[in-house]
Amino acid sequence: MKKIINDPNQVVQDMVAGMVSGFTKTIKQIPETTVIVRTDAPIKRKVGLVSGGGSGHEPAHAGYIGKGMLDAAVVGEVFTSPTPDQILKAIKAVDGGAGVFLVIKNYTGDVLNFEMAAELAEAEGIQVEKVIVNDDVAVEDSSFTTGRRGIAGTVLVHKIAGAMAESGASLAEVKRVAEKTVQNVRSIGMALSPCTLPAAGEPSFELEEREMEIGIGIHGEPGIERKQLVSADDIAVELTNRLLADFDFSGDVAVMINGMGATPEMELYIVNQKVQTILAEKDINVYQTFVGEYMTALEMAGCSVTLLGLDDELKMLLETASDAPAFRV
Amino acid sequence: MKLTVNNSIQWFLKANEKMQENKEYLTLLDKKIGDSDHGINMARGFQEVANKLPTQDYASVSDVLKDVAMTLMSKVGGAAGPLYGTIFLKMSTAVKGTDPVDYQTFTNGLEEGLVGVKQRGKADVGEKTLVDVWAPVVDFFKQGVDFQADQLVETAENAMDNTKDIQASKGRAAYFKEKSIGHIDPGSTSSFYIFEALAEVIREGE
Repeated sequence: MKKIINDPNQVVQDMVAGMVSGFTKTIKQIPETTVIVRTDAPIKRKVGLVSGGGSGHEPAHAGYIGKGMLDAAVVGEVFTSPTPDQILKAIKAVDGGAGVFLVIKNYTGDVLNFEMAAELAEAEGIQVEKVIVNDDVAVEDSSFTTGRRGIAGTVLVHKIAGAMAESGASLAEVKRVAEKTVQNVRSIGMALSPCTLPAAGEPSFELEEREMEIGIGIHGEPGIERKQLVSADDIAVELTNRLLADFDFSGDVAVMINGMGATPEMELYIVNQKVQTILAEKDINVYQTFVGEYMTALEMAGCSVTLLGLDDELKMLLETASDAPAFRV
Repeated sequence: MKLTVNNSIQWFLKANEKMQENKEYLTLLDKKIGDSDHGINMARGFQEVANKLPTQDYASVSDVLKDVAMTLMSKVGGAAGPLYGTIFLKMSTAVKGTDPVDYQTFTNGLEEGLVGVKQRGKADVGEKTLVDVWAPVVDFFKQGVDFQADQLVETAENAMDNTKDIQASKGRAAYFKEKSIGHIDPGSTSSFYIFEALAEVIREGE
C-alpha cells in the first residue's frame, strides 16, 4: 500500500480537519464528531438537508455542503456508515424548525444507522423525512433482498432536493421532488482496478491486467460480469444500453460521467463523447452534462454513467444556484 | 448458571480479545463477500467497550449490557454497529431487575435480542447473516435447563460453519448472489466469538 497518509487509523479525522480548515467561512465541524455543517445552519424555516455515509467517496458528501445543496454531511469511517449518534447531531444542527430531510444511499448499514437516528430525532420532537437512493441498475431490483445500491445518482438527488429546500419549500415538497428524482435516475459503474482501504492495507478485490468489471459498486462490490477490457466506445455502449434498457429516458435527460477516483478526466471525456452520440441516435435530448469526480471509491480506476430523466420542475431545480464547492452552479 | 456484573464484564473483555486476535481473519472473510472492514470495525468497537467497562461502577448486568450496546452502536459503524447494539440493548431491557442473571432470564434476554435484531435488519433465518448463529443458539438455550459451555461452543460453531452453504439475501454479501455460497458469513463469525467468550467466562466461574 502506498498512500499519502499519517496513520491508517486516523485518515477520517485527518481528512475532516483538512476539509474544514481553510474553508471556515462556509463550513464548520461539530466538535468531537465527524459531522460537517454550513456555518449559517440552522436556517430558520428552511428544511435542513443531511446526507452522509462512509468516507472514501469524496467529494461525496461533504463537498456538496453549501447554499442550494446540503446543510450537513456525516462522515463515517472508510466505506462504513456513520453511527446514529453522529447523524443525530447533524440533524439537530440543521433543524431550523421546518424539519430535516435525509438523503440515504441504499446500503444496509446506512439505512439502519440513518433510520435509528431519525427515530431518535423524532423522539426529540424534530420532524424527519427521508429518501433512499437506489440508482444502480447492476443490482437486481428485488424486495426480498437489500435491493439496488445508491451510487453517483445520489449527487443529483442532493442537488434537486437542496434547491427545493433552499426555495423555502416544505418538508413534504422536498420529499416529493427527491422521490421523483430517485424514480427517474439510473446509474451503472465499471472498474479497471481495485481500491485499498487504508486500515486493510491491501486491495479489497482483484482484477487481472486486461480485465474489467461491469456493474461494480462504489465499495468494490461485485457487478454483472468480469471480462476482457474493451475500448472506451464499447464500454460506453454497454453501460448506456443497460441504463436505457432499465428505464424509458425519452425526452430530456441530464448525463453524469463520474470518475471512480483514479481515472483521468481525459478518459471520462472519451466515454462522454460516445454516450452523447448514443443518446442523440435515440433522439434523447441531453439537457445538461456533468463530467468529473462526484462519487468515488478511493483510488479505484473506472467510471460510472448516470442518466436522469427531466421534467420542467427537475430542470429548474437542477439549474438553480449552488455554492457547494464540488457542485457549483 | 449465574451471570454477575463481574462475569458480564469479563464476557466482553474476552470477546474483545477474540475480536483483536481475529481482526484480520474477520476482515479477510468480509473481503470475500463484503467490503473488507468487519474485523476493523468490530475490533475498534470492542476495544472501546473493553476500555470503558473496567472504569465504570455498574449496579447491574442490565447496566453493563446497556453500556455495551450504546458503545457498539456509536463505535462500530456500518451495519454491525446498530445490529449488535440492538441485540444488547434488548437483552439489557429483558434482564433488568434480576441480579445476578439466572439461566431462564438470560435465555429470555438472548431471545429478545434475536427478535430485535431480526426486526432491525429485516432479516430471518437462512439469509446468511448473524441471525443464523443467534437463532440456533437461542433454541439451544431454550432446550437446556442450565448452562453447558462445551455444547454452546459446538452449537455456535456449527451454526457459523453452516452459513458457508447459504446464498446471501441480506447484507452486502447479497450482491454476490450465488457466489456468496462457499464462504462463511463474517457477522456469524463475530457472533461465534461472542458466544465462545461467554462459554469461557461461565466455565471459569464454575
